[in-house]
Amino acid sequence: MIKLENIRKSYTTGFNTLEVLKGIDLEILEGEFVSIMGSSGSGKSTLLNILGILDAYDQGNYYLGDILVKNLSQTQAARLRNQHLGFVFQSFNLLAFKSAWENVALPLYYQKIPRAERRERALKYLDRVGLLDWADHLPTQLSGGQQQRVAIARSLITQPRMILADEPTGALDSVTSHEIIKLFKEVNEEGITVVLVTHEHDIAEMTNRTIFLKDGLIDLE
Amino acid sequence: MFDYDKWQEIFETIRKHKLRTFLTALGVWWGIFMLVILMGAGSGLENGVVSQFGSHARNSMYVWTQRTTKPYAGLPAGRYTQLRDDDIQAIEDRFGNMVEYISPRLFVPSGEISYGLNKGAFSVRGETPDLRFIEAIVIVEGRFVNEIDMAQKRKSICIGRRVRDVLFEEEDPLGKYIRINGAEYQVVGVFRTDQSDEEDVKESEETIFMPLTTAQQVTNRPGEVAWFVCTVNPKYRVAELEEGIKDVIRERHKIHPEDPQGVRSNNVEEEFRQIMGLFTGIRILVWIVGIGSLLAGIIGVGNVMLIIVKERTKEIGIRKALGATPTSIISMILMESVFLTFIAGYLGLLASTGMIALLKAFIGDGGAFFSNPQVNLGAALGAMFILVLAGALTGLVPAIQAANIEPVQALKDE
Repeated sequence: MIKLENIRKSYTTGFNTLEVLKGIDLEILEGEFVSIMGSSGSGKSTLLNILGILDAYDQGNYYLGDILVKNLSQTQAARLRNQHLGFVFQSFNLLAFKSAWENVALPLYYQKIPRAERRERALKYLDRVGLLDWADHLPTQLSGGQQQRVAIARSLITQPRMILADEPTGALDSVTSHEIIKLFKEVNEEGITVVLVTHEHDIAEMTNRTIFLKDGLIDLE
Repeated sequence: MFDYDKWQEIFETIRKHKLRTFLTALGVWWGIFMLVILMGAGSGLENGVVSQFGSHARNSMYVWTQRTTKPYAGLPAGRYTQLRDDDIQAIEDRFGNMVEYISPRLFVPSGEISYGLNKGAFSVRGETPDLRFIEAIVIVEGRFVNEIDMAQKRKSICIGRRVRDVLFEEEDPLGKYIRINGAEYQVVGVFRTDQSDEEDVKESEETIFMPLTTAQQVTNRPGEVAWFVCTVNPKYRVAELEEGIKDVIRERHKIHPEDPQGVRSNNVEEEFRQIMGLFTGIRILVWIVGIGSLLAGIIGVGNVMLIIVKERTKEIGIRKALGATPTSIISMILMESVFLTFIAGYLGLLASTGMIALLKAFIGDGGAFFSNPQVNLGAALGAMFILVLAGALTGLVPAIQAANIEPVQALKDE
């Protein structure tokens, strides 16, 4: 499903060059439930961004299925993200002025799907995360856990091959966190690959495979 | 194609930032409002001044003689010369069809003029039939003096509208006789002028025209002419013939060729051109000022779009993560700025044309220096088009900036 070969990435700030990823080799199979752990600065977020085609890498090769993700134009990257990937963020990243269902339906908008069909599909996924009754609420009217479930529904709506979650429980209490991870597990059981970044061990333990990053390299699995 | 989501975006941004949107829109609104009002005022001023001329021939000039100031050909300075029918004939012979119409005239000194018990004092002039092609004379009833009147030296007169009102009140004047200097003259027509200046109207419509030949006879000045007015063939400018025509008179009356006083003329065409030149200047000024204020408004819109993009960095990042292409981001921002400039400009156009309509209703054709203000629809629509185009252009910079936002950077931005 995913293959990384000697991925390197460095950031230049002023006169300093900081090498964040120093050669990552990684393979993730279809249907895996993977967590990435590491201290802050270990490069785990950068790795996730590269996996999500949100960021470019300097060296190496990244294969998403059969596609070599390298030197893509912004438009090509946007298409790949839209069709194959779903994102869940720590701070939910819902659009404040859109209702729950509109937020869920947003990725479909960029697939040029008609509004009526977008709504229908969005409601289906909201039902799935147990928020059908909140479809017309604005994000500010929802609790943190509810917002994250809306975000998960949004990541699922395009039926992606892989969901990437950057500290999805970072802003939630432990009870809600476990509910969210349970939801990810259910999603994973349907065959969708899930990769999440976390620094909480109990969260990582609920996944099938944990990758530890240290100073830009895979430390152990 | 009505893209609901895109419009929802636009309305949301506008709704959430009412004051900012309002101030920006006000800039554009004011720009177009000023441009249109200025154009209207310019045209009103122009129409006002042009209507003072009425249908008076633009390509005309008046010529008369004065006391000479230079001795010439053995004759002393300070001589009076008298224009005569032969001078007119000589000009016609010399210039042929270069001179279009030529109308000599003679004043008939008159005392009280009466019809029945009604009396008045009016100016009485002997004229030729050509006059009505030169001056702003519009026949209301009957006819003007004609060639037969001229040939037979008839006592036929054409009277101004005010003369009719004073002497005849409600009565039909045609065929009736008026008493001037003790003799009876038959009214054959009534005229008015289409000039707008009140003084001109009063002067013109308080005049009585009789055939020049009749006037020469009753004043006992056979063959004499006080002055003449002529128009030139449209192929020429008055200034081209002005000196030539005056030279004919100078030659015939032995006036020094360089005598500034001997023969005088008033070139109406030149006067008109100078006034029109002024209006060309005003029009240019209107466009400079108008476009300047329009530009200020448009730059304001561009500025606000830049701020909006900064503010929406995170939102744009989210959209890009979810699959928004740069093109879709650009079109979103562009539509917003075009929408804003279009609505504001359109409202400005409505308000200013409404204002001009109001002005027109109040002033109408009445004012001597300002009448019938109007807006050139083409120019207004052109300004509108430029506005929308400029809105798109000023929107383009922030739009491209937005499209280039790295999703990673944008999402970091808390």
